[in-house]
Amino acid sequence: MPINIHLAGIDYAILAIYFTFVLGIGFALKKTMKGSSDFFLSGRSIPAWVTGLAFLSANLGAQEVIGMAASGAKYGIMTSHFYWVGAIPAMVFLAIFMMPFYYGSKARSVPEYLKLRFDEKTRGFNAISFAVMTIFSSGISLHALARLLETLVKWDYWTCIWVCAFIVLVYIFLGGLTSAIYNEVLQFFMIVLGFSPLVYLGLRDVGGWSALQEKLIPVATSQGYAAGTWTQSWEHMGNPIENPMGVNWFAMVMGLGFVLSFGYWCTDFLVVQRAMAAKSMSAARRTPLIAAGPKMLFPILVILPGMIAIALNNQSGGAFLPTGADGHPDYNMVIPSMLAHYFPPGLLGLGFTALMASFMAGMAGNVTAFNTVWTYDIYQSYIAPKKSDSHYLWMGRWATVFGILVSIGAAFMASKFNNIMDMLQLVFGFVNAPLFATFLLGMFWKRATGHGAFFGLVGGTLAAMAFHGLSCAVGVAPGIKGGWIEPHFLFRSEMGQNFYMAIVAWTSCFLLTIGISMLTARTKSDADLKGLVYSLTPKPESEAEPWYARPAFVGIVVLLITVGLNILFW
Amino acid sequence: MNFDLRLPIGLMFSIFGGILTIYGLISGPEIYARSLGINVNLWWGGGLLVFGLLMLFFAFRKPRD
Repeated sequence: MPINIHLAGIDYAILAIYFTFVLGIGFALKKTMKGSSDFFLSGRSIPAWVTGLAFLSANLGAQEVIGMAASGAKYGIMTSHFYWVGAIPAMVFLAIFMMPFYYGSKARSVPEYLKLRFDEKTRGFNAISFAVMTIFSSGISLHALARLLETLVKWDYWTCIWVCAFIVLVYIFLGGLTSAIYNEVLQFFMIVLGFSPLVYLGLRDVGGWSALQEKLIPVATSQGYAAGTWTQSWEHMGNPIENPMGVNWFAMVMGLGFVLSFGYWCTDFLVVQRAMAAKSMSAARRTPLIAAGPKMLFPILVILPGMIAIALNNQSGGAFLPTGADGHPDYNMVIPSMLAHYFPPGLLGLGFTALMASFMAGMAGNVTAFNTVWTYDIYQSYIAPKKSDSHYLWMGRWATVFGILVSIGAAFMASKFNNIMDMLQLVFGFVNAPLFATFLLGMFWKRATGHGAFFGLVGGTLAAMAFHGLSCAVGVAPGIKGGWIEPHFLFRSEMGQNFYMAIVAWTSCFLLTIGISMLTARTKSDADLKGLVYSLTPKPESEAEPWYARPAFVGIVVLLITVGLNILFW
Repeated sequence: MNFDLRLPIGLMFSIFGGILTIYGLISGPEIYARSLGINVNLWWGGGLLVFGLLMLFFAFRKPRD
């Protein structure tokens, strides 16, 4: 049974008011955009609570809200590893160890940091791959939103694409990064306040947490897993065959935790850009820590609905979630199903608007990261250096238009040829997997050279590709999902294959960078690297903060709470 | 300079809160069957109104962060 959401007049009113505010913020910020640094860096003037919530919200796109709820239904509470093993430790590491270099070096983007630390080719490799990736991600977000609206409320696919793209375009074109950041904070509150009643009603309906635990037992046993698999996060991770994710603790901690999450949260300009817009070094360092607070609790908002939905679906014999093309429940429909099921007119408008807001947050984040990297790292570096600042501001505005048009093109491709998008995401995975090794060596080992970094990255990317060609998940035909050279290594699941691929890519990049650096001469002196490498940088002054507000202390508290959460749901 | 972000947040959620509260007061009980018989518009609308007004209060009390 497909889900339909019927919007009443009051729901449309809420939607309209929301978009009025979104656009209004763009118009109100227009006059503050005087130079390129206002447009791309918000003039480094934003208070930490704002950048912190934007840091979180830029990542709170479709993958997060729809995807994590789907994983909650598919894998249960093990999905929390994406938060309590993945995101939180990486965010604390970024705040304490990496932010001083990003912010202190006055680099305007992550690729620019690579240029200052290593050389032009390393920056070029990162800037170009990142620019292409973000713009396609933005297109995928747009496509997913339009597809969802088409299914749920029967709006026309192309009208959705153009209207949503236009709204994002207007507010970024006018207000640049500040506008994106302000709107992300608005979206953050929209999502939290729009979905909390959903979780409350769902949990009440299922009979509370202990009733939910009981109702998840048959979900696990009917699929051949131990009774508590859906409600215990670590208990069943000894062997990949014991859990629905098909991964063991080592792949989880090293692959997802260390390589992929650190790689994403610490080096992806989409999120780091938010912290770089903060008004001072201490605000920049507090940004990821402020984000870590709500992030720790997000499993309640995004994973719990998935668990509730699958329990109710199982109890009702499959009547809660629609059935997908493969005969399994359509996990991506968890949040839409719950909206349609529990929310009366009025609140439905709020929840539906929150859903749209999450998709647009993902898209806008990508667009602002793209226009900055394009303008500073590609256009100013290779195409038109030494132009006036107002020229780059002009370029930034038009890069926004161009970026959004390409996103629409990407959405078109995604709607016509699903395989091309899978292929692109695969290639992005190859490029991303080794990145964290380069940054780690760059920041903590002054001997790492430009050649070492560049060939290490290329080597890591090739290693990822080779590993993918040689490995396959059980039951998957060799091809785009792996094994296209020869399915030599078999994994229990694609996720396991993916985590090991990341580990292999990271290790290759790490070793190659060290080896090549030892063989090549340093091109940057100790003086050049001041502010870019840990051992050559004076410790950041704690800016007269009391001890309880210092990043190291807050970071430790955050980590202790995270350990506590892991133990609580062990 | 940039304006205080608490202003639009406070204003928007006060409006949402106001609309939902009023709608909760005038709507009949039949639409609340799906929300387990709870008048969520009234309750949650009230909550949003309080949140929005608090944001506005802090925005006006301290002009700049």
